[in-house]
Amino acid sequence: MRETMTIAPEQKTATGSSSKMLFAMVGIGLMCALLIVLTYEGTKPIIAKNKAEALEQAIFKVLPGTVTTAGYYWDGNAFSPLNGMEAEGQPVYAGFSESGTLNGFALPAVGLGYAGEIRVLYGYDPAQEAIVGFYVLESKETPGLGDKIEKDPVFLANFEALSVAVGTDGNSLKNKIRYAKSGEKQNAWEVDGITGATISSEAVTEALSTSTAEWVPKLYGAKDQFEPQTQSHE
Amino acid sequence: MNKHTDKPGFFAALEDSPSADTFLRGLWKDNPVFVQVLGMCPVLAVTNTAENALAMGLATAFVLLMSNVLVSSLRHFIPKQVRIASYILIIATFVTITDYAIMAISVELHKSLGAFISLIVVNCLILSRAEAFASKNTIGNSVLDALGMGIGFTFALLCLGVVREVLGNGSVFGFGLFPDTFQEWIVMILPAGGFFTLAIWLLLFNILKQKRATT
Repeated sequence: MRETMTIAPEQKTATGSSSKMLFAMVGIGLMCALLIVLTYEGTKPIIAKNKAEALEQAIFKVLPGTVTTAGYYWDGNAFSPLNGMEAEGQPVYAGFSESGTLNGFALPAVGLGYAGEIRVLYGYDPAQEAIVGFYVLESKETPGLGDKIEKDPVFLANFEALSVAVGTDGNSLKNKIRYAKSGEKQNAWEVDGITGATISSEAVTEALSTSTAEWVPKLYGAKDQFEPQTQSHE
Repeated sequence: MNKHTDKPGFFAALEDSPSADTFLRGLWKDNPVFVQVLGMCPVLAVTNTAENALAMGLATAFVLLMSNVLVSSLRHFIPKQVRIASYILIIATFVTITDYAIMAISVELHKSLGAFISLIVVNCLILSRAEAFASKNTIGNSVLDALGMGIGFTFALLCLGVVREVLGNGSVFGFGLFPDTFQEWIVMILPAGGFFTLAIWLLLFNILKQKRATT
């Protein structure tokens, strides 16, 4: 909106009309700015609440049996609670069951699909040492082909118990998640791909593989530090 | 659609009244999509489901209404040389407001409309109404014009959205219509389907218009 004020100097010949133009533009600009600020302030809490709810619903989907969630971030040595703040790096959401015991962790991951980024959220259960849930937060994959990653029951069945066991050294996974062609899955850490959606299902696998390799060992090592919670972080 | 053509007498009578004519022009005679072919970007891009089409149509109609009101009430105040810049400023403001409002209503809806909400700013329908109508007419008439054009635009978007969703997804507003054996025409919800559907609607609309003109 500031640019509009620079119009006047070039038009010195017609001082009267240029000051009128200046007043008109500045006046309209100020009025518009006021309207936008009012709307922004008015809708800000509602939008934040909507987003938090959408995220919470997604966490419930990837961690079955979860009733409360809490956000954490990695501060270099340990996981610290977010307490409603925005995470600077990657946020980790811990899910707790009704009795307050740790149900698992929900983590976002990003992969490059056929038509842009695919953002997913997955649930990791340290007790089972496996991925127990998967949900696509955002994707622009082709309807009918690539978007099978959201709907295909066989593909989604991959993420009911996808093994991500931590190796003996405690710093890496025993087996990284790998992609297998449709129907060729042999091991518990392989993802059975979708015929006709190879790029999209590979992108999801890649996203999970990268994210789990980095985070699962950390989370597994720190799993006892997450205190039981009965109250939601809201 | 038949409702319009069934009552030529009724419409002829309405068209004699100047304010009703202002309102109805956008609905039928000068329909922004089917006759003026304005604002094709959202028409083709976000009509893959009836819900998206309706939301987009209403959002555009709201921006159109508010900007027409403001442009019309400021028409003696805005100097001619900076009028387009002023209109764009006004339109952009209401688009931003709409953007926040949609985000507050539903995150889901905001995600599916995506960048096309912001792109209402460059929808030539809105600027053309500001320039061609609101800047020269009273507030009352500008409101009527915006309502007519807005409803006409929403109606046209719905025409496309319903057809594309029924064929491409086997549903209307998310409610399934066919048994599971129905094979969806995926192409209809892809961009190409937008062109096909628009072409067929334009064809139908022109046939209807020609018939009305000859009888």
